[in-house]
Amino acid sequence: MTVMRETTSVLPLAVTGLAFEAGGKRLVDAIGFTIPRGGLTVLIGPNGSGKSLTLRLCHGLLTPSAGRIAWAADHGVIAGHKRHAMVFQKPVMLRRSALANVEHALAAAGAGWSERRTRAREALDRFGLTDKADRPARLMSGGEQQRLAIARAWALRPEILFLDEPTSQLDPGATRQIEQMILALKAEGVTLVMATHDMGQARRLADRVLFLHRGRLVEDAAAETFFSGPASAEARAFIAGDLVW
Amino acid sequence: MDIAQSFSAALVLIWGGDPAFVAIVRLSLAVTLTAVAVAALIGLPVGALLALSRFSGRGLVIVLINALMGLPPVVAGLLVFLLLSRSGPLGPLGLLFTPTAMVVAQAILVLPIVIAITRQLVEDLHGEYREHLASLGLTGLRAIPTLLWDGRFALATAILAGFGRASAEVGAVLIVGGNIAGYTRTMTTAIALETSKGDLPLALGLGIVLILLTLGINAVTYAASRVGARFAG
Repeated sequence: MTVMRETTSVLPLAVTGLAFEAGGKRLVDAIGFTIPRGGLTVLIGPNGSGKSLTLRLCHGLLTPSAGRIAWAADHGVIAGHKRHAMVFQKPVMLRRSALANVEHALAAAGAGWSERRTRAREALDRFGLTDKADRPARLMSGGEQQRLAIARAWALRPEILFLDEPTSQLDPGATRQIEQMILALKAEGVTLVMATHDMGQARRLADRVLFLHRGRLVEDAAAETFFSGPASAEARAFIAGDLVW
Repeated sequence: MDIAQSFSAALVLIWGGDPAFVAIVRLSLAVTLTAVAVAALIGLPVGALLALSRFSGRGLVIVLINALMGLPPVVAGLLVFLLLSRSGPLGPLGLLFTPTAMVVAQAILVLPIVIAITRQLVEDLHGEYREHLASLGLTGLRAIPTLLWDGRFALATAILAGFGRASAEVGAVLIVGGNIAGYTRTMTTAIALETSKGDLPLALGLGIVLILLTLGINAVTYAASRVGARFAG
């Protein structure tokens, strides 16, 4: 396989003044940050703080009520290929085999018949799912499904991958596997933005932390700085394990 | 002739492969299968379209189509009769009392079933798949092929239900086909006629074939859902 050298990048991603309203309520407001190339940024905060919404807005699944999501390349698309992908909390598995799930994503991205098969096999091999290729995806375990979801996203060769609480429904063993996959992706140079409410996971994985609270970005700091001395009272309370409302 | 004698005569008709008998069965199957194919070809995309589109009056359309699932076959027959009769808008085509007219009438009976079930199924499936498909760029109508394919086993059930309705109905084909021997006489119209004429063996023989057909359809429906559970999850 030849590796294409990118002359251009969709990154950095610059988010400014981002707001989203639903039912007359402003669910996220005045959110601004920049995601450069590389590294793992964790969006952390209590439930309802706007982590998932922010990811969905960045990925283009929702339209912002205000603010801008500016990719270095228009809409994060280069030469007709969308260079950002997303993995959801509850993996959406099509009613097909594991292999066919990956092939479907590649077909949607415009890959030809034989290229689909090659790249789908490659993705399953890459993440140790080779022997599951012909299994109906919906009959696989929760952990296997999430691994497949990540393999499926990886097959699309995204420059940046959004992960929305990818392990919140998994047991510790499966969580460890997913975290290893995420670290492998990071080592490969994929830029990662992950939402989680699991402090332990954030500590294990994050290079940088965006702390959200009630739909606002309260802190944006390097992971070490954030965990050793959070600037805001809300973050201190969250780290201390208090319930923050 | 008592019932036992009629019954054994009926079995002889089936076993012996009486040409007139076989011709009736064959015409029935040809008409119904064609009608179901036409209804599926129109109903699957229309149902999916209805599932994904939002327009004012959509609720009304859905209620109307659901109601049409219970359209009495004789009324469907009457409507097609009016359309195709010599003074009707499609009269010049000269289709009245032909197998084609029967296909049209049965397709009209099957179409609401296919549209209604497809609509419901695709809508549910889309609720589950929407974000993933949108992430892949498959928004709007571009989601339809994926949704129809992933609903294939349940959709097969819908189509078989349509086949069941069409093969069992008598009113519509009687009105627009005219029950002409050797030309538009189907199993159901033949049973209606032969029973009133007193030819019980032919009526019974055709009745047995119809029941076997219904059993077969249900066996295939059951198998489709089992295969679906196994291969699609």
